[in-house]
Amino acid sequence: MALDVNWAVKWLTLSAQAMAEHRTELIELDRAIGDSDHGENMDRGFQAVVDKLAETPPETPGAALKLTAMTLMSKVGGAAGPLYGTAFLRAAASLGDAAEIDPAALAAALAAARDGIVARGQAEPGDKTMVDAWTPAVEAARAAADAGGTDTLSVLVAAAEAAEAGAVATDPLVARKGRASYLGERSAGHRDPGAASSALILRAAVGAAA
Amino acid sequence: MTVSIVVVSHSEKIADGAAELAAQMAPDVVIRAAGGTTDGRIGTSLEKVLAALEQASGSDGTVVLTDLGSAVMTAESALEFAGDAAGVLLADAPLVEGVVAASVAAQGGADVQAVKRAAESVRGPAQQPGPPPQEVPEGPATGEGPAFTGDFELINEAGMHARPAAKIAGGLSSLDAEVLVNGVDGTSMTALMMLAAGKGAVLHVEARGVDAERAVNYVGGLVQAGFGEP
Repeated sequence: MALDVNWAVKWLTLSAQAMAEHRTELIELDRAIGDSDHGENMDRGFQAVVDKLAETPPETPGAALKLTAMTLMSKVGGAAGPLYGTAFLRAAASLGDAAEIDPAALAAALAAARDGIVARGQAEPGDKTMVDAWTPAVEAARAAADAGGTDTLSVLVAAAEAAEAGAVATDPLVARKGRASYLGERSAGHRDPGAASSALILRAAVGAAA
Repeated sequence: MTVSIVVVSHSEKIADGAAELAAQMAPDVVIRAAGGTTDGRIGTSLEKVLAALEQASGSDGTVVLTDLGSAVMTAESALEFAGDAAGVLLADAPLVEGVVAASVAAQGGADVQAVKRAAESVRGPAQQPGPPPQEVPEGPATGEGPAFTGDFELINEAGMHARPAAKIAGGLSSLDAEVLVNGVDGTSMTALMMLAAGKGAVLHVEARGVDAERAVNYVGGLVQAGFGEP
């Protein structure tokens, strides 16, 4: 199916559901190596997104993502606010006013989102951050899009699977960015909460298209 | 108009308190606080930062100071979101000292780049200890090649405390001169305070640049007038 504004709104709504369902799990992950507010912050932020989308229904996928960016940056509070906010803002800019998203535009928007996170947080792959979920997701999405065809669902599935694998792969890493980096070696053995929430959000994108 | 200041902190109390502290030394400067989240929790909010930037916007520019990591990211995001960030600069400085130094520089009429520098000079390069106070009679500025120097004895009871340091740093930051006072940057209020110069101590002023002579005379005038204090 074509990815239009209805898909975008459904994606964000499913993301909010995922944040609510995994709230405790994200809090536990963050308690181990951070300040234990990630689950609560993401849940609150995405509930606010759902409210905003109902208040002012967007007309394009880009508009939905821009509204999400503004809301997350205002409501999340922790570092995840500006990081996810920038990701959605850059993705929105990449999509422009387009009413529908094809595989190439989807891969480009994911790359723009990842580049926004990198620019804002200055993290590199391997630093045990959400970049470790996003970078393989972007690469997998691009490969799926380059494989041709008009199948956006396969691009989303490729991104979600790669993000999930990337999040799991943060377990043994020693954090070099963010609050967890204060723990040094002790941060190894725990999954990065931001990588985990990123994987949940990209999985929700599949659910919205299925 | 002067350059305005926006203070971004995770804590509403810290942002408000730093703004209040700085306002005491910079009564004519617009200082807006954006602390905490919109619902009063610890954190930073794009909405609050954008509102503060809006209130602070003026023709002379705005310098934004932040505390911990995500406050920096929120401030950067606000600039990206606003799109037109001309004249708005982020300063990389310790929050409280930076806000005070920036506000004092703005009060003294410094432009937006100079206000940013004033904030960032708080951290400064590792400060070298100044030369020991010298037993030199106070006197007018004397030219030595490109540099002007002067030695001035502090006559006010309290010596070099916050307000005199603010006056010196604020005035010097609007002059086109590099000024060292006992070896530290004369535009850095905190560096001046850290000299811990009491009554009777001598300030050795060295200035280079177009306004070097004015800079030395400015400091000398203030010191010899006891900063208007007893």
